[in-house]
Amino acid sequence: MFESPERLALGLLTGIVFGFLLQKGRVAKFEVIVGQFLFKDWTVVKTMGTAVVVGAIGVHALVAADMASLHIRPALFGGILAGAVCFGIGMAVLGYCPGTSVAACGEGRRDAMVGVLGMFAGAVVFIVAFPLIQPIINGLGNGGTITLPQLTGTSPWLWVAGLVAGGMLALIITWFTSYRPLQFKQTHETGRS
Amino acid sequence: MANPFFQKSWTPYVVGAGIGVLSWFAFATADHPLGVTTAFEKSAALSARAVMPTIEHSNEYFAKKAAEGKPPKIDWEWMLVIGVFIGAFVSSKLSGDRESAIVPPLWKWRFGPSAFPRLVVAFLSGGLMMFGARLAQGCTSGHGISGTLQLAVSSWIFIIIAFTVGTITTFLLYGKEGARHV
Repeated sequence: MFESPERLALGLLTGIVFGFLLQKGRVAKFEVIVGQFLFKDWTVVKTMGTAVVVGAIGVHALVAADMASLHIRPALFGGILAGAVCFGIGMAVLGYCPGTSVAACGEGRRDAMVGVLGMFAGAVVFIVAFPLIQPIINGLGNGGTITLPQLTGTSPWLWVAGLVAGGMLALIITWFTSYRPLQFKQTHETGRS
Repeated sequence: MANPFFQKSWTPYVVGAGIGVLSWFAFATADHPLGVTTAFEKSAALSARAVMPTIEHSNEYFAKKAAEGKPPKIDWEWMLVIGVFIGAFVSSKLSGDRESAIVPPLWKWRFGPSAFPRLVVAFLSGGLMMFGARLAQGCTSGHGISGTLQLAVSSWIFIIIAFTVGTITTFLLYGKEGARHV
């Protein structure tokens, strides 16, 4: 029924830091998440992108040092496809994703609290319907717990380097598209010198 | 300089880097990726079994998870979810960034100020989102951050489709005009 108290305390501590960061990052807000889907507010992509690039470096270093192991979810194509479609519709309408709806509850948002109740109900439906939905989950085959490096027979570090390069490129593009006044000023200064 | 803990927001790069480092911490100390929805699945399984004990034998879910060595229980990830609530609560209290409005402004512009429809739709969409997350075995955290940083094939497929569908749904709901109201 319960894991060890040490692991429970560790989970709680990790969660508190996670929730604190999500709230400070403004991603526990309806307008920020829906704003991302409307291409108006890029906070979600910036936050997730940075987390993935930074996280990938450290986690692959830990794995290389034999201090952690990868935990890959299986590529059950039916479940992934059907799940992603339901998830995308649900998240867009609710305006929060699962982690951020819990954080939004902490921020006092009532619609997120009702959303979390709905999430629990959705999980109950999943459990009860589990035998019936197996054909959907397994219907399109199972690619296994495979990573992109394994699929392509390449080094994970090549992909981590690719993520870092992609992140840098995105930063440069962001710099040139969102700091127009500065760009304008710089051209003037260059013209003067 | 003002104490950052009392500020209402931090730049997304600092927060993102913080979440990245937090996943190192999670992997190093608990050998577990950051994820949220598995805890909901486990709570639902525990509740279903408490209400209807026969489900443990009639529903293959329980036998399957027991065989995988992952029977439903109150675990690291379950406490992580409790922690997310506490962390966000503390952060918003420290900065005063609290929100008590039931209907977000964009929703109000599109569907009116009435709270009841917003709450009914929030319940249903929350349910659909969780059902989808459990079909795919992950959400924005489990697949979108933890899975993609591990370079999992399943996670990259999931997050690309989920965010594409989310974008299409949002434009169907609010249209281009919506961007002026967020």
